[in-house]
Order: sequence, then C-alpha cells, then structure tokens
Amino acid sequence: MPGQIQDSAATEPVRRRESAFAIGLRQILRKRSSRIALVILATIVLVGALAPLIAPYDPAAQPDIVALKNLPPSLAHPFGTDPYSRDVLSRVIYGARLSLTIGLLATWVSLTLGVFYGAVAGYAGGLVDGVMMRLLDALLAIPRLLLLLGILVAWPQFSVGALILFLGLTGWFGLSRIVRGQVLALKHAEFVTAAHALGASQWRILVRHLLPNLISPIVVAATLGVAHVIVLEAGLSYLGIGVPPPLASWGNIIQDGSDQVATLWWMSLFPGLFMVLTVMTLNVLGEALRDAYDRR
Amino acid sequence: MAPLLSIRDLKTYFYTEAGVARSVDGVSFDIGQGETVGIVGESGCGKSVTALSILRLIQPPGRIEPGSRIEFEGKDLVTLGDEEMRHIRGNRISMIFQEPMSALNPVFSVGDQVAEVARIHAGLSKRKAFDRAVETLALTGMPAPEERAKQYPHQLSGGMRQRVLIAMALIMKPALVIADEPTTALDVTIQAQILDLLVHLQKEFGTSILMITHDLGVIAETTSRVIVMYAGEVVEEASVDELFAHPHHPYTEGLIHSMPHIGHDQERLNVIPGTVPAPTNWPHGCRFRERCPYSWDLPEREHPPLYDVGVNHTSRCHLAIEPERRNQPHPPLVVVEGVGAA
Repeated sequence: MPGQIQDSAATEPVRRRESAFAIGLRQILRKRSSRIALVILATIVLVGALAPLIAPYDPAAQPDIVALKNLPPSLAHPFGTDPYSRDVLSRVIYGARLSLTIGLLATWVSLTLGVFYGAVAGYAGGLVDGVMMRLLDALLAIPRLLLLLGILVAWPQFSVGALILFLGLTGWFGLSRIVRGQVLALKHAEFVTAAHALGASQWRILVRHLLPNLISPIVVAATLGVAHVIVLEAGLSYLGIGVPPPLASWGNIIQDGSDQVATLWWMSLFPGLFMVLTVMTLNVLGEALRDAYDRR
Repeated sequence: MAPLLSIRDLKTYFYTEAGVARSVDGVSFDIGQGETVGIVGESGCGKSVTALSILRLIQPPGRIEPGSRIEFEGKDLVTLGDEEMRHIRGNRISMIFQEPMSALNPVFSVGDQVAEVARIHAGLSKRKAFDRAVETLALTGMPAPEERAKQYPHQLSGGMRQRVLIAMALIMKPALVIADEPTTALDVTIQAQILDLLVHLQKEFGTSILMITHDLGVIAETTSRVIVMYAGEVVEEASVDELFAHPHHPYTEGLIHSMPHIGHDQERLNVIPGTVPAPTNWPHGCRFRERCPYSWDLPEREHPPLYDVGVNHTSRCHLAIEPERRNQPHPPLVVVEGVGAA
C-alpha cells in the first residue's frame, strides 16, 4: 500500500509558501537603511500621487510676473518663486508626479524590450544569438545621452510621450544582456530537460519555466533603471530637450533657474534635493533586493 | 501481440571536435505491454542516451542516425513530426529523472508542476489540473498531499521530491515510463520505498517501465528482463533469474561479482579492471576484449554478434562457440599493460 510508505520527513511542519515579493519585502524591512529608504520613497510617491490635493498653488499659474518673481523662500512660498512668479513648491510637487511617471513608464518599455530580446537570443542560441549580440554591442558602443540627444533633436515635436518612448527604447541594452546570460545558464538545467520530456513546447518552457526564474535580476534592474531614467530625464530637461514647458519636472525647474544659479539657489536646491533623495532611495532598495535574491 | 516499444538498430552519434562519439551503436530490444525491463551498465555505456533517444531529446551535436527505428504504438518515433512527438512526451511515454532537486523548477509549487503536465496534455483548467495533481501525489504516497502540493521543491525532502517527479510522470497514465537512475540520489531507506512504490504503481496501472540503472540490486528487485549494455551495444539480454543464475558475457559476470555480499568475508570488493573506452574510439573486434579475463585471438579479429545462449537469452561473446575457454582465465590486457591503473 502506498499509504504506508512514508518519509521520515513527513512529520516536518508544512511551511507557508513565500512569493518573491514577500522575500524582497522582508529583506527590505530587515535593514534600517532600506526601511528608511522605503519610507522616504513612499512619501515622495504619495506626494506625487496626491499632487492636486497637496500643492498650495497651481504649478503653471503666473500671478504677478513683476512683483512675485524670483522671491526667496518664505512662509507664503516655502521653496520661493521662479522668474515667471510660479510657486516652486507646487512645481516640485507636480514635478515628482511627472518625473516618477516618466521613470516608471520608460523603465516598463525597457523591461519589455530587454527581457524579450535577451530571452530570445539566449534561448535560440547559435547564429541567432551571435547576430543579436553583435547588434547589441554596436548599440552599447554609443553613449545613451548622445543617442538620446541625437534622436530628440531630430524629433519634430517635444512631447512627454515621445520622451518616455525614447528613454525606454535606449534603456534596455544592459538588461537584455543580463537576461540572455541567465537564460543561457538555465536552459541546460535539468528541470528544463524534464519539462521538455513531459511535452512542454519551446515557447512554454521559455515563458513559464525560464522567465519566472529571472524575476529577481529583473526586479533589481528595474529599480536601478527607474533611478537612472529620472536622472537622464532631468539632464535632458536641463538641456532643454526633455519635458516641454510649462509642464513641471524636476529637471525643468532647475533649467528655469539655470541662468541665475548663484542668486536663485532655491530653484536648484529643492528639486535637486528631491531628485537625489529619490535616486538614492531607489539605489538602496535595489541593493537590498539584490541581497534578498542572492541569498537563495 | 506486437510489443509496446520496439527498437531496431538504434544509433545515436555525437559529432564532437574530438571525433564522432558513437554513444549508442546499433541497439535493438523490445518492451512488452506492462513489462518492466532493466538496462544496466557502467557510466558511459550508452544507457541514458538510449533513454533520451526514445523521447527524442538528443540535442545537437548529437543525432539519431538514419536507419534507426523506434516503433511505439504503431508509430516510428525517429521520423515523427515535432508536434506529434510533443504529444507523446509526458502523455504516452514519460520519464523520471535522476536528480529530484534539479529536475524540479525552483520557483513553482510542486503541485503546479505536476498539474502542468495535465494542463498541457489534457487541456484541463488550472483548478481541475491542480486537483488531479493532488490525487496523483496521494497515489505516490505523498503525506498530506494537499498541503505539500502548495510547497516549493526546496521545502520538501529528497524522497518527497522523487514522489513529485513520479507523480509528474504518471499523471497522464502513460503506456511507458522511463526511469533513469530513479533512486541514485536518495538514502538507502528511501530507495527501497521508492522502488516498492514504482513496482506497486506499475501493477496498478499496467504501465511498462524501462528501468535504467548501474545498480544490479535495483534490477533484481524490480524488473523481469534485463539488457546489459557495454560500449554502446547490447552485450547480453535475459530474464532476471536466468541472468543472475547463468550470466554468459564476461562483463555481466564481472558486474555480478563486483556486487558486495553480506556474509562473505572479503578483504576488497571485486572490480572489473579498466574503464569503458572512449565512444569516439571503440576498440576493433570485441569492445570488452581488453578488460576480459578470457580474451583470445578471435575476439581481437572479429566483432562478436549476439549469440543465442539459452531460452530468450542472448550474449555478444565468442565464448558461445568456444565455451571451454572459460576454464582458462588469465589477467586481462589492461592489467598486463598497466593501462587500467588510472
């Protein structure tokens, strides 16, 4: 009777299943630095999400372009006003919204492309892999900022949509290399042969058996990717080819005060501070996640 | 009645930089309905490649040579279309792998992995497939199958993982299960349980089993007929009782003598001197010649055919025509030349 055949380990308690998400969260909460980072980032995200409720003024309103311009921080305008008399605090709050959205959406585009490209190259192998990787080498040889400058200058019209698209289109090269390497390493694993032996199709093996094993490097890359895109977007906006005015992004606000940085210090300091905080917390969280997944 | 599986002149070669490795070199055998057949041999003799060839899982640079035939349920698996072959894998023929940890995907619950086979082949919904998976796990003697099904491979013991692999292989009630060293990675106590389980399930479902192992103990316990492989060829085939009582091929003899016996006071275990030669360079004549204690000039000149040496008993050894040579053993060539030391 099979019922009588029992392992000695049968008495072992049944442990709760734990998802990759739960493992990541637990690791983040374990260290003080990443706990603090999570709180700060959550606050910034919340500020961005609730911008219309929190912002004291309309970020685009120019109430008095003569009397209210270039005011230093005060109680009425904690972050001061800009050369167009707009409230910098309100613009920074709305800037959080836009900069984070751009970061997330552009990273989403990169992720989709990078995972697809890398997975196909790694799984196909051989000549397909060789051609795809050489193409990638060529793309990686061009600095991303230069590539973006070229595209955006040539693009007929500035728009946030185009900016997101191009940030995404230029951001997947590194990730696809990681994914390709992982797929290459995993495709000869015995569980892949086993899936094959049990009748799974190639596509099913790739999507259902290989990709879920890559969640950890993908999550880490995404976290760091968002930080990178936020900095890039600020750089492009500063150069005047990023977010089109009068929209507020962190880079945009700094750009508005750029010709008088020494006197209008509040215009660089406050958006800069928010940006640095966001990027730093994302990096701390990215590292924490990397540690969490490396453990296994 | 036609046998369930009929392999004729199977050749699986690997085209490596070191030359053509003739890993499986003209193997023929049958497996009947509900029969348990064992393939035994050392590492590198071609038994696993034979198994993978049946499921057509040979990856380049390896390939099954034209002219090989693997007939199963009236189809030739060698020439079958890829899509049709996929419907056979896991559905009509399935395989139990050797290493229960690495054969399971670490990021899915074991229930999902068992269920997946039913989703692929029976088109069941997620829920129904999972229920079926739990039932199948229960059949394999998995304790608390419902809770265990929700767990991940690393949360289970080796024996339980092997039960999961068996459930995956059996969920579609296939006609043939290939078990490749199913107990090698397990503790001896668990080994016995898993073998009992396989024998039990085989009787219950009427499934044929091809048991691949280097362990004659496993063969004795589970199979009715044995195929001994050496250097890519079948060197002896007989019923289990006949093989253990009257081994004919010197290689089989060596395998049996190298089994440890309780009660026999032995200083050292008997071993077969030397190792299996490289598959890129099989020796001329008899491939076992250099390790054989009886070899003479005939095996050097002529590659032996499979001789009939009894009822349903064949052996690839020239001793069948010169039996008196068995009385004149001598140190094998490898010992004389000292090449066997490595």
